[in-house]
Amino acid sequence: MGNTEKTKNGQEYLAGTRDGIPIALGYFAVAFSLGIAARSIGMTPFQGFLASFLNMASAGEHAAFTSIGNHATYLEIALVTLIANARYLLMSCSLSQKFPERMPFYHRLLCGFGVTDELFGICIARPGWLNPFYLYGAFLISAIAWSSGTALGIMMGNLLPFRAVSALSVALYGMFLAVIIPPARKSRVVAVLIGLSFFLSYLFGILPGLSALSAGNRTIILTLLIAGGAAVLFPVRDEQMEDKENAA
Amino acid sequence: MQRNMYIYILVMAAVSYTIRVLPLTLIRKPIRNRFIRSFLYYVPYVTLAVMTFPAMVQATQNPLAGALALVLGIVLAWFGLGLFGVAASCCIFVFILECFL
Repeated sequence: MGNTEKTKNGQEYLAGTRDGIPIALGYFAVAFSLGIAARSIGMTPFQGFLASFLNMASAGEHAAFTSIGNHATYLEIALVTLIANARYLLMSCSLSQKFPERMPFYHRLLCGFGVTDELFGICIARPGWLNPFYLYGAFLISAIAWSSGTALGIMMGNLLPFRAVSALSVALYGMFLAVIIPPARKSRVVAVLIGLSFFLSYLFGILPGLSALSAGNRTIILTLLIAGGAAVLFPVRDEQMEDKENAA
Repeated sequence: MQRNMYIYILVMAAVSYTIRVLPLTLIRKPIRNRFIRSFLYYVPYVTLAVMTFPAMVQATQNPLAGALALVLGIVLAWFGLGLFGVAASCCIFVFILECFL
């Protein structure tokens, strides 16, 4: 590896850290409330830190913690985690296309830890091939915030003023908007899909029967339906795809 | 039966990691199939949109604050403000709004 490539990796790492700051802030607030749930099932701060660092999944951890509280078997915990986190399977498929084929294998193994909703979001927003160091930078700062937020939530319970928690809780969604809206400006199909996703997501949340679905499963079903339908009706032209290869 | 918290954590971690790392390691070549390419191209936008609404409106103490922050976020992102800018603006906006609402 030449010096210029090292410098480039360092720059990418710093860029990832910078883009990871809003994620870390949002994670911290959410993790704090997750910590309160972990406290109620008797987790120690260290166990909460460990669980969050190794899982990096809000819905998945919350579902698993609830089941642990109900004295679930290990198999049940595995199934609950699988269902709540199944959307990461789709995201990981999508992310696999952002890495060049020649990239060393260990980078793929390490990047596997970093596939979360938010980190996936900012990685997809990077133009061209994704440099794994960008993901490492964003992952490290947000993983520390996520894990320590959980541990602090276990230790301190309800000390953070609710107004601050409320304000911080929109950070993640603000970031999602910054990822999906600019492409919507360029492509009318993407804009319509976003509107349709908003609408159906709302509908699935209130319709009898469908509203019983967990948020994770709702995400999977709607993603398969809407993205699948769009792929049939509006297959992407190759020149749109080649933006990526040219930029690399 | 008393179960061990560390085994619980290990089981969760093993499942979470497997889900994430399998596609990344198994799919190493660029996918040529046009349908799958198009599908994967649309996945991020749909997934993130589904997760944003209505969850953003439900996340704040006052739903109106969340809804207005959503509108603000869309406008700012439309005009090209970056990740941090949009996220921070939404937070500050909710904080201010909830002082009055």
